[in-house]
Amino acid sequence: MAGDGLTISREEEEEEEERSLAPLPSSGRHHRRKSSASAASRDGFPNPAHVRHLSRTETERLASSQRELADSNSRIVFIGDPGGSDPRFETPRNSIRTAKYSPITFLPRNLFEQFRRLSYIYFLAIVILNQLPQLAVFGRGASALPLAFVLLVTAVKDAYEDWRRHRSDRIENNRAASVLDPQSGRFLSKRWKEVRVGEVLKVLANESIPCDMVLLATSDPTGVAYIQTINLDGESNLKTRYAKQETMSRPPGEDHPVDSAGVIRCEQPNRNIYGFLGNMEVDGKRVSLGPANIILRGCELKNTAWVIGVAVYTGSETKVMLNSSGAPSKRSRLETRMNRETLLLSAILIALCSVVAICNGIWLGNHSDDLELAQFFRKRDYSDGDDKKYNYSGIGTQVFFAFLMSVIVFQIMIPISLYISMELVRLGQAYFMVRDANLYDESSNSRFQCRALNINEDLGQIKYVFSDKTGTLTENKMEFQCASIRGVDYSGGRVSSRDNGEAHYILAAGKQILKPKMSVKTDPELVRLLKNKGDTEQGKRAREFFLALACCNTIVPLVVDTSDPKQKLIDYQGESPDEQALAYAAASYGFVLIERTSGHIIIDVLGNRQRYDVLGLHEFDSDRKRMSVIVCGPDKTINLFVKGADNSMFGIIQNKVDLSMIDATKANLHAYSSLGLRTLVVGMRELSRKEFEEWQSAYENANTSLMGRGKLLRAVASNVERELHILGASGIEDKLQEGVPEAIESMRQAGIKVWVLTGDKQETAISIGFSCKLLTEAMTQIVINCNSEESCRNKLQDAVAMYRKFAVISPDPFENALTGTGSTKVSMALIIDGISLVYILKTKLEEELFKVATACDVVLCCRVAPLQKAGIVSLIKSRTDDMTLAIGDGANDVSMIQTADVGIGISGQEGRQAVMASDFAMGQFRFLVPLLLVHGHWNYQRMAYMILYNFYRNAVFVFILFWYVLYTAYTLTTAITEWSTVLYSIVYTALPTIVVGVLDKDLSRKTLMKYPQLYRSGQRDERYNLKLFTLTMMDAVWQSVATFYIPYLAYRQSTVDVSSLGDLWILAVVILVNIHLATDVFRWYWITHVAVWGCIGATLICVIIIDCIWTLPGYWAIFKIMGTGLFWLCLLGVIVAGMLPHFSVKALKEYLMPSDIQIAREMDKFRRINAATMEIQMNRFSMLQL
Amino acid sequence: MPKGGHVDDYASMGEGLATSDEKERAWGQISETEKGDDNVRGGPAEDDDRRSGAFFQILDSRFTQQELPACKPLLTPTIVISTFALIGILFIPIGLASLSASENVVEIVYRYDTECIPQQSQDDKVAFIQSSATDKTCRTTLTVPKNMKAPVHIYYELYNFYQNHRRYVKNRNDKQLRSKEYELETTNCAPEATTVDGSPIVPCGLIAWSLFNDTYSFAIQNKAIEVNKKNIAWQSDKDEKFGSDVYPKNFQQGGLIGGAKLNESIPLSEQEDLIVWMRTAALPQFRKLYGRIETDLVANEQISVTIQNNYNTYSFEGEKKLVLSTTSWIGGKNDFLGVAYLTVGSLCLFLALAFIVLYLLKPRTLGDPSYLSWNRNPDRH
Repeated sequence: MAGDGLTISREEEEEEEERSLAPLPSSGRHHRRKSSASAASRDGFPNPAHVRHLSRTETERLASSQRELADSNSRIVFIGDPGGSDPRFETPRNSIRTAKYSPITFLPRNLFEQFRRLSYIYFLAIVILNQLPQLAVFGRGASALPLAFVLLVTAVKDAYEDWRRHRSDRIENNRAASVLDPQSGRFLSKRWKEVRVGEVLKVLANESIPCDMVLLATSDPTGVAYIQTINLDGESNLKTRYAKQETMSRPPGEDHPVDSAGVIRCEQPNRNIYGFLGNMEVDGKRVSLGPANIILRGCELKNTAWVIGVAVYTGSETKVMLNSSGAPSKRSRLETRMNRETLLLSAILIALCSVVAICNGIWLGNHSDDLELAQFFRKRDYSDGDDKKYNYSGIGTQVFFAFLMSVIVFQIMIPISLYISMELVRLGQAYFMVRDANLYDESSNSRFQCRALNINEDLGQIKYVFSDKTGTLTENKMEFQCASIRGVDYSGGRVSSRDNGEAHYILAAGKQILKPKMSVKTDPELVRLLKNKGDTEQGKRAREFFLALACCNTIVPLVVDTSDPKQKLIDYQGESPDEQALAYAAASYGFVLIERTSGHIIIDVLGNRQRYDVLGLHEFDSDRKRMSVIVCGPDKTINLFVKGADNSMFGIIQNKVDLSMIDATKANLHAYSSLGLRTLVVGMRELSRKEFEEWQSAYENANTSLMGRGKLLRAVASNVERELHILGASGIEDKLQEGVPEAIESMRQAGIKVWVLTGDKQETAISIGFSCKLLTEAMTQIVINCNSEESCRNKLQDAVAMYRKFAVISPDPFENALTGTGSTKVSMALIIDGISLVYILKTKLEEELFKVATACDVVLCCRVAPLQKAGIVSLIKSRTDDMTLAIGDGANDVSMIQTADVGIGISGQEGRQAVMASDFAMGQFRFLVPLLLVHGHWNYQRMAYMILYNFYRNAVFVFILFWYVLYTAYTLTTAITEWSTVLYSIVYTALPTIVVGVLDKDLSRKTLMKYPQLYRSGQRDERYNLKLFTLTMMDAVWQSVATFYIPYLAYRQSTVDVSSLGDLWILAVVILVNIHLATDVFRWYWITHVAVWGCIGATLICVIIIDCIWTLPGYWAIFKIMGTGLFWLCLLGVIVAGMLPHFSVKALKEYLMPSDIQIAREMDKFRRINAATMEIQMNRFSMLQL
Repeated sequence: MPKGGHVDDYASMGEGLATSDEKERAWGQISETEKGDDNVRGGPAEDDDRRSGAFFQILDSRFTQQELPACKPLLTPTIVISTFALIGILFIPIGLASLSASENVVEIVYRYDTECIPQQSQDDKVAFIQSSATDKTCRTTLTVPKNMKAPVHIYYELYNFYQNHRRYVKNRNDKQLRSKEYELETTNCAPEATTVDGSPIVPCGLIAWSLFNDTYSFAIQNKAIEVNKKNIAWQSDKDEKFGSDVYPKNFQQGGLIGGAKLNESIPLSEQEDLIVWMRTAALPQFRKLYGRIETDLVANEQISVTIQNNYNTYSFEGEKKLVLSTTSWIGGKNDFLGVAYLTVGSLCLFLALAFIVLYLLKPRTLGDPSYLSWNRNPDRH
């Protein structure tokens, strides 16, 4: 895994475009359940392949959207002429098919899918072996029963789900779309599935988009269309898409028959939902097309009366369909460990079979002469009068048959039922996690989600938590707090009381009142300064500052009605919460952005409506770390406004500027980030006519170019973003989420190391670290921020030296740190930034970093890119056995979430990409504590016990069969009827283990939350390890000996028949294993009682039913044997003798070597007493007060 | 789990549950009744529910919060000691009772397979037993060790005879045995399924073919003792498994004679020796009921036994024994169970004592937080 993570960081260097591809979200199927409108999408998960190992073709295909659009590799679409579309590539119709099977293919395909499980193949092989007449140990029907049952249940489930998919596909395919009829020029209704590439479609407001289409015209005169992409990427805010002016003027329709000359060239279908590259030829003119000009299937049109577009990708080629790949498949640690034990069991199985086969051979050899006539063998066959051998083909073959037969007889050594039980148990556990009120987030009305069902128990063994900061530790509800303008700090709004903040701007438009939806507390001095009409230099700069905030963004203002008809709210929709906060701040200070079209924006500047033409916009990218906009104001001056991260902005400021002002601004920035605020620097420059024209031509060129447009645009931007005046800086607060410090403290006590990986500045990161109690004053901070490999090496070596120095004090802090018992005396914190990581992760320094990082209690990584986050996770994953968990909320966390053993998505503000990629999703960071400490602990404990118990339970039975085989001349006769053998693991003993696996709790929620240290038992693999397995197996052998030999010795030399003794054995073993389970149950619910005792009852009933069938040799045996005292004495003796070692060892161990869990259980049990004494004391206290 | 298949089907389960409002309401009703004093933290407020989502009423439910009332057993010293003591107290009397019952059983065992071969045939017992010309009658005298109360059961005991051998145990056809209709049903019966000319053998199969055919007769002071051979088989077998309209046919006429011949005029349901024989024994050393003597036998009485030694156990080194035994509630003579119970019982008593000593020597307050690992080594956090 490490290799993969690192490969990514290298790839990132070369191919920066790739970055946007890694977090490729798409809509999830559950969205379809919410709104049938978007049924197109299914199983939306970013394909892990993107992050982990991009196949070569895949990489090329993805990259194609970014690179050049060669003619040979492009799709040619003739607008309005579906027939004329590119003949080289077959384009599918718009029908989709999410269903996996058709009625004909169902059986073979479903069986094929199911038999991809290795264990099924094993059981199929057994069933097939059993069909051979020489080997038929069981009845042929009986042997196939369990497998058939499992296959049937799964098949029925699959069939039902597929039927639902078929139904939704049918609904989806038959929806109506209006398609332009080229002859009449009218829009006619057509079914979705009949839409073809090249057809012109019209979509009305609130309708879903039937296929990926390039916009030609919209109802808005400026060509804007708003779409909601919630079903595509889960983001609920509206996004703007534009129709090109060239096609806007003549929307196809009755008035303007389709211009047959219109041709679109675009890239081949790919799954990048954020990229599109193409161009359109209209009237001989070439117009470039980008992601802003295409609307995708799965989206919905909002706030726009209609749009007209031409279909470019249809059906299975739409981006949403291309993205609907399966969920990431992870395997739990316990299951991986279990494989080792399964192999051991296989070895035991083979050993047993070999013993039987060899003994069989020896027996045959010793008796070769006797067997000619022995009545029970009778090798000689006289039936035809000839002297020949009956059913005997030489010792070698007999031995071989005996081996195969013993495999069949002892097959349940590998418990097939375990796999089914595990799935059921996980389902139950998931149900309880989903339903847990402690994991329910009221503020966002979101529940816990279990997206991956097979790693529940991993939650109980987490050692490292990698957390994103923004939106995970913090709320990601940005609030503008301070402004620094020309080096002067205005943070009065931050300290002022709420009343003062009511001075936000209210704007009257006619009789109606427009109000920004959210108000920001304002600094009175700054408000006064702005009201002074900008006489002073400071006032002018302040106005420019807020003007920059109001226009340098991609916010779309939406006017929303309120219950009061006279009042309307302006809602700022945008992709970045920072921008929203800034726009609201500007509005509160009187610079209200009212309208945005593709060409201009209207800002109400302190009461005057002003129109600014937006001439160009350079979007934010992570390289430049800034965005800029070029606007032409009402006074016809052309201004460039830039906002961005401080380090990127200070590099491009005017040289001959007031240095003291810059220093003051830097000081303010430092102060802000120390408060934990997110900072942005705003600058501007007035462009001369000449400069503007130069820029414009370059911008235009870049915009219409087909090769490397992104790179060219970035060059243009960098070229114009220079020699800025710094207007000032802003400080935005990102509040800590509720309960974060407590959660981190709990996790620290639980021995979980929390690493914070953030894109923020080092100062911000450290201050957040302090405020969430991740860092404490007592810690020694090791800060690594270097610009070269050499300095990184030095720093790391210093750090290594430092922990060595501490090592003198504490015997072995490194070891301590690894085992989660790091000494408190020498707690260290490592703070490292992204640039240093670039140098370290690529080189041999990785090992050093690992040593330092694991020795530290806290690691903070700041300024890290998304793929670096994954790289850090892989660093730990590849070097330790410890379990990692990554938690994040944004698209930038996706790679990390997928790399970690357990990925958790926060369903927060930043869209749903993280949730899509995650294994579990929840509303708040603090839920991690109940999730890990309570559910994780329970799940691990339950699953671990269940696996061991299942191994034990089947082993006891197999050993009993084995002992009997030793007394049947090694011929694999079973005294226990074949039906009981089959039913043993699926009926007689299955239910209690499932019930216990779902419901049993070793400790109460309260205790687990109160003593987070209890979590460490999972980290130490206390509940499932080789030692426990060995002990359990030894117990199993003893119990099988007791079960077999007590009746054997008691009934030796008696008249007892096979069936009666078999009935005694099966009853004894079923009761024994159920009692064994009962002694290990921590909590007895009525359900547990029903399951355990019910199972014993059910077994008795089954045995009685089997003995009532006259065709079976055991007819009436159970009634005969139950009538004797010997039977009952044997049964009681077996149970007591069988349980004796288990019970005594358990009692002894719990008393002499109590585990933490044992102590806590005792505390749990006697809690009521403690609580009662507490209450008495409390009462006394209150009486004293009276 | 493989990729695809199950994973993605369950993947969206959280959402699936969240939207199935009907189910939620059903749970919600339960929650109303189950709401108890053990309050669950974090449940949304009541009045909120009606508006925002009737869904989450249910979150209060004790079931979903895993707060069902439960019993939490713990292995406290009292429980451990009383369990062991109880088992000890219970087992030792049972063991004693079993032993005395076994002791009261009077058993006479006589192994005759070697002794019933004349001296001259000792080297080739098989030839002796196979020959139809030899006289296989064998006489001996047994002494009654103690008074034996009627009924005295007569068993034959075979050793090294694998009636549970795989190929043997299945070599029968229950359908044929039960009803005349299925006379032709001889599946599983090879090589004793049909005669050479293809007509079915009734009863077919190796088990029936190998029917034990030694006979015993008893006399005390030249006065023959009657042996009751009625009701030696299970009534259920006579009623259901063996048909009253099925008569033996072509039986024991093949190239090799396995054992006894059957009277073709008696239906199978009354051939009790066959029925007893066909209840195959569990172990290679077994007894089968031959008949009962319904008169009391007095101690030191001499019983002269006449054995027809027909059955061939010589070809596979088998042993044959004649057993006369009374029974008790525990069955035949077998000390094992009594000894086992005494052992287990005394072991439990010993363990109870050991635990008492342990609890006294190393007292430990249950649930004392100072035993928690993080409290024991305060310097290690």
